[in-house]
Amino acid sequence: MEKAGGSRKKGLKRKRAAEEPQEAAVVEDGATDSGGQAPKATAFPPGFSISEIKNKQRRHLMFTRWKQQQRKEKLATKKKLKKEREALGDKAPPKPIPKTIDNQRVYDETTVDPNDEEVAYDEATDEFASYFNRQTSPKILITTSDRPHGRTVRLCEQLSTVIPNSHVYYRRGLALKRIIPQCISRDFTDLIVINEDRKTPNGLILSHLPNGPTAHFKMSSVRLRKEIKRKGKDPTEHVPEIILNNFTTRLGHSIGRMFASLFPHNPQFIGRQVATFHNQRDYIFFRFHRYIFRSEKKVGIQELGPRFTLKLRSLQKGTFDSKYGEYEWVHKPREMDTNRRKFHL
Amino acid sequence: MAAAGARWNHVWVGTETGILKGVNLQRKQAANFTAAGQPRREEAVSALCWGAGGETQILMGCADRTVRRFSTEEGRFQGQRHCPGGEGTFRGLAQVDGTLITCVDSGILRVWRDNDKETSSDPLLELRVGPGVCRMRQDPAHPHVVATGGKENALKVWDLQGSEEPVFRAKNVRNDWLDLRVPIWDQDIQFLPESQKLVTCTGYHQVRVYDPASPQRRPVLEATYGEYPLTAMTLTPGGNSVIVGNTHGQLAEIDLRQGRLLGCLKGLAGSVRGLQCHPSKPLLASCGLDRILRVHRIRNPRGLEHKVYLKSQLNCLLVSGRDNWEDEPQEPQEPSQLSSEDTEADELWASLEAAAKRKLPDLERTSGAFQTRRRKKKRPGSTSP
Repeated sequence: MEKAGGSRKKGLKRKRAAEEPQEAAVVEDGATDSGGQAPKATAFPPGFSISEIKNKQRRHLMFTRWKQQQRKEKLATKKKLKKEREALGDKAPPKPIPKTIDNQRVYDETTVDPNDEEVAYDEATDEFASYFNRQTSPKILITTSDRPHGRTVRLCEQLSTVIPNSHVYYRRGLALKRIIPQCISRDFTDLIVINEDRKTPNGLILSHLPNGPTAHFKMSSVRLRKEIKRKGKDPTEHVPEIILNNFTTRLGHSIGRMFASLFPHNPQFIGRQVATFHNQRDYIFFRFHRYIFRSEKKVGIQELGPRFTLKLRSLQKGTFDSKYGEYEWVHKPREMDTNRRKFHL
Repeated sequence: MAAAGARWNHVWVGTETGILKGVNLQRKQAANFTAAGQPRREEAVSALCWGAGGETQILMGCADRTVRRFSTEEGRFQGQRHCPGGEGTFRGLAQVDGTLITCVDSGILRVWRDNDKETSSDPLLELRVGPGVCRMRQDPAHPHVVATGGKENALKVWDLQGSEEPVFRAKNVRNDWLDLRVPIWDQDIQFLPESQKLVTCTGYHQVRVYDPASPQRRPVLEATYGEYPLTAMTLTPGGNSVIVGNTHGQLAEIDLRQGRLLGCLKGLAGSVRGLQCHPSKPLLASCGLDRILRVHRIRNPRGLEHKVYLKSQLNCLLVSGRDNWEDEPQEPQEPSQLSSEDTEADELWASLEAAAKRKLPDLERTSGAFQTRRRKKKRPGSTSP
């Protein structure tokens, strides 16, 4: 059956091969070379493309043939290149780096230069200055949106073990604008609100308290402790170290400082715990690990604690006031997401 | 070098760190100017206005209640003046006839004698405007007339040469459909040219036109835009529309004849703090909390022209109203031994070789800068839609 089909196809191909030049001859008067042709070698007149064939089946066939040919040619060039490389040995030119979206990133003019004095002054006197000058130490309030379900409650509990000096309170339908003055009077420095939708946490509002900025994130990929494979034992009370990766722009710096101000200053290295906020392509990945140095160069890590991914939606100057507050940065998808290689954090 | 080229800057921006930045869009350079040589957050610029003598001086109102004078010719600060009284930052700064008008957040409006001494003398005039002022604006046509407005502080127009009572006091609109009082929050005020009308934009996303000449004290026209407080407003050349900006960085052009939205401008990511149009060209400069100064073209075609990253949060801006943005003399700057008027005249004659016909540019410049601007507006080609 298959053979018949195959031969039929081949027959069809040969017929087509014979027909094409004839059709072309009909269409274009000046076509030569069409009469005395071997059936397989088809010479198409210039300017003819496969998409001009009106019959769908024939067009598809021609296309698959062309594709197979392209693939063969590609393999051949690869083999040739590999042989040449082996022949040259050490003198071979270095392998070209493949293009990725990360290394094709459009240069952001707001990238912070470490030697820039104006930006350094701006950062030294911003709302987090009192934390970075060791004048205040963090005290966090973690709460949720009203009537949280199990996952959100457990996430809050786990977060409170990860972030030292944090307290979880049940949100009894209270307005944030009323909670905030009370927090300030009780010396809280940060407020975290985990928003929940349809029984899963999907948003995070992080507000630095005396009068600091409020960041609103979209949260996704939340994995609680029991869902993490090969996890270690529960985290201890030691103060973890922090890693902030890849926050290069001015906005990224502000967010990075916001995360840094959640944790107390002096990490306890005995605890060997580390919290990582890794920014890649505007997504911030939060992980909590315990590490151990097996030798000078080998480290073993165990993942503890919850893991989630955040994406910044807006950064508002001042404490939480979504209606009347002034925004320092708002994510506008139709204006900012037009280029796949442009990132803002 | 930066100081010498300061007069060619197209836009002057004041920041939250106390730095005055002069931006030259032709050369794409920004220069920082600070009074003390170091940025200081206590000197955050809250108000900017042109000083006396055309556009050669800038008055900068800082958060520590001092008004600093900056010379664009020399590119350095010339003096400062402490203006105490009341609480809060400056919400409006203006100058007329050698006097300085300041208005602060708590509602104290004072007129000071503009001398160069640093010691503060008593104010010439003091008015209590009402607490919670968000803006005080001077009428460009009548420099003695100012308007103030703020949060729960209705629009009032004051004549500084007249009585202590406001000339026009606006009335709140009628109760809404639930019979609730509509709150007032006037964030920015502009005087419309060639009439007595005023436009305000509010924190409840309304744009209102008031006409003191009409018998009604309520707004003559009301338009709404968006869902967020409108923080800044400017008139377009042509005088028929205004451009407003809100806390989300959305810019919109609203027609004042019909009260409808003409179009929006894209690009800003943060709250708009300062907006100003060039008096004759269709260019709009905007600055905000996202630390970037943008210059948009308002018509034919509408879009972004220039974008400059200035590393601090920008509070207010001033656009140079001169026409020759492109022409810059290539020869080195003359030393400032000549008086400013002579240099102005020389530059004008040099640049007016092929340009428009103007007799006696010297007198025109010094007599009324605003009148010449209006005449430029009426020239054909600049008011085409």
